[in-house]
Amino acid sequence: MKSIVCIKYVPDTSEAEVKVNPDGKTVDDSRFSFDINDADNYAVEESVLIKEDKGGEVDVLSIGPKQSEVMIRMAMAKGCDKATRVEDDRIADHDPLMVAKVLAGAIKDQEFDLIFTGCWADDDGHMATGVALAEYLGVNHASMVKKVEVLDGKVRAHRELEGGMMEVLELELPAVLTIQTGINEPRYAPIRGIRQAQKKELNVVSLDDLGIDPAEVDSDASQVVLENLYIPEIESAAEFIEGEPDEKAKKLASILVKGGLV
Amino acid sequence: MSDVLVLAEHRQGALRDISFEMMAIAPRVAEAMGGEVKVLLLGSGMDDMAKKMSEYGHKVIVVDDPLFEDFNAEKYQKALSALLDDMKPAVFMTGQTAQGVDFMPALAVEKKLPYIAEAIDLNYEDGALKATRTVYTGKVNATVAFKPADTFLVTIREGAVEAPEPASAGEVEKMDSPLKEDVPYRKFVEYIEAEVGDVDITQSEVLVSVGRGLKEDKNLPVIEDLAKAIKADISGSRAATDAGWIPHDRQVGTSGKTVKPKLYLALGISGAFQHLAGMKGAKTIVAVNKDPEAPIFTVADYAIVDDIFKVVPALTEKLKELKG
Repeated sequence: MKSIVCIKYVPDTSEAEVKVNPDGKTVDDSRFSFDINDADNYAVEESVLIKEDKGGEVDVLSIGPKQSEVMIRMAMAKGCDKATRVEDDRIADHDPLMVAKVLAGAIKDQEFDLIFTGCWADDDGHMATGVALAEYLGVNHASMVKKVEVLDGKVRAHRELEGGMMEVLELELPAVLTIQTGINEPRYAPIRGIRQAQKKELNVVSLDDLGIDPAEVDSDASQVVLENLYIPEIESAAEFIEGEPDEKAKKLASILVKGGLV
Repeated sequence: MSDVLVLAEHRQGALRDISFEMMAIAPRVAEAMGGEVKVLLLGSGMDDMAKKMSEYGHKVIVVDDPLFEDFNAEKYQKALSALLDDMKPAVFMTGQTAQGVDFMPALAVEKKLPYIAEAIDLNYEDGALKATRTVYTGKVNATVAFKPADTFLVTIREGAVEAPEPASAGEVEKMDSPLKEDVPYRKFVEYIEAEVGDVDITQSEVLVSVGRGLKEDKNLPVIEDLAKAIKADISGSRAATDAGWIPHDRQVGTSGKTVKPKLYLALGISGAFQHLAGMKGAKTIVAVNKDPEAPIFTVADYAIVDDIFKVVPALTEKLKELKG
């Protein structure tokens, strides 16, 4: 079983204040903490679980800056075998179709059975890269996968639908699976694995190295334009309860009791 | 052509809400572009659904074929590829749903057409079609414009807009399926219904709901004590169920349950739109979160910006005292 897992280095903005830069097209990410995209973390775990079950190898593929190598090493500490990091500032990374084209270009000559990606990215959330990647490579795909069973020459995938329902389907291999969070319990990297990961192969490549014409994947090639970013006005009709934590708790308790809500 | 073609979505014989919600966006875009709305239904045995969609006053095109009985991305892509060549709409729209995300990116790549995923709004201005979408966990909006192309592909977020009231009857037209044979590489096996647990949270009067802010499962007693004190059931966000703190059948949100309790206490839940879609129908919403910018506050009636571990134990004590 040969697998490739595609991962992305993203900022954690869930509890951070986000400010748009004066260019109106980027955000000030200087104070964010970055790590592996949540769904990609589950994708790494799933690829390693399948390798442990069926044998074979798992390669990591990521487009990102030098700093993301910490994340890539962590994936290798968990059991991935080698890695490729693509770094090239000409890639139109606002467009998932361009990102998918670069990933496809990095994979094209390799044999593989399964490609794993997270089903969505915490930062731009298109849910498009993995499915587009499958089309560029001319292979099957299933998105939002919550369970994987590898069978003879095919894979049975459970896709998460709305309302907690699942769609079960079978795909001929090779295939791309975009993994949904909650499919497994991502492991912590063992100390031994962390040491070993430092010695594993990590190749850094540019578009030129991959033989990809930059004019095929740059912002001129993209058919969509990111015009601007802005902070939406937050409309809240909520009554904000102020004070020290104890006072807030007391005020809320009396609102709930007096209002007959509890 | 400057028409807007809308693929309506249905599952197990019923139209999904996104199909009606798109009727709030498509007509406005079609009018601005000087075209008409056409609604496309792919499926098998869809007379009732076709009639219902036609009540929005637009032409409904029905491709009725047993091959489309269940959703299959490969079949959809093949059929839609042929239909786009044939109909040449200016815009092709469907929902950013488990169905939409499974074929739209591949269709865009195949047809070399521009694609914008998960628009929450769509406007045609100065000769360009522009989408609004959200990035960075809902804290930033992006305006993304299509460059000129034969057809713009776009998916619309579920629950982004209210569905309009039906207006007047439109005509229903049957069209032959462009798909002549089954696809070889992808087989639908079955649907598995949602898990049913010991408590049906869709029926709960009071819900204490917890999210990422719980941090780890050893903190659960803080939540359980509060729930016990006010006879509430416990539910959770996707983060809480993914982490295994709360059973999956108690997940609130698009991929879980839609709940309508009398009181919903959101504790340490930031409020991703998928979560909000599942709980904004609650009568009274209380949110406690330490991030003042958390989207959960946009739907809350009462809000406390603070650490749940500082507020919740004190709240439980005070409630016990007041309720005697």
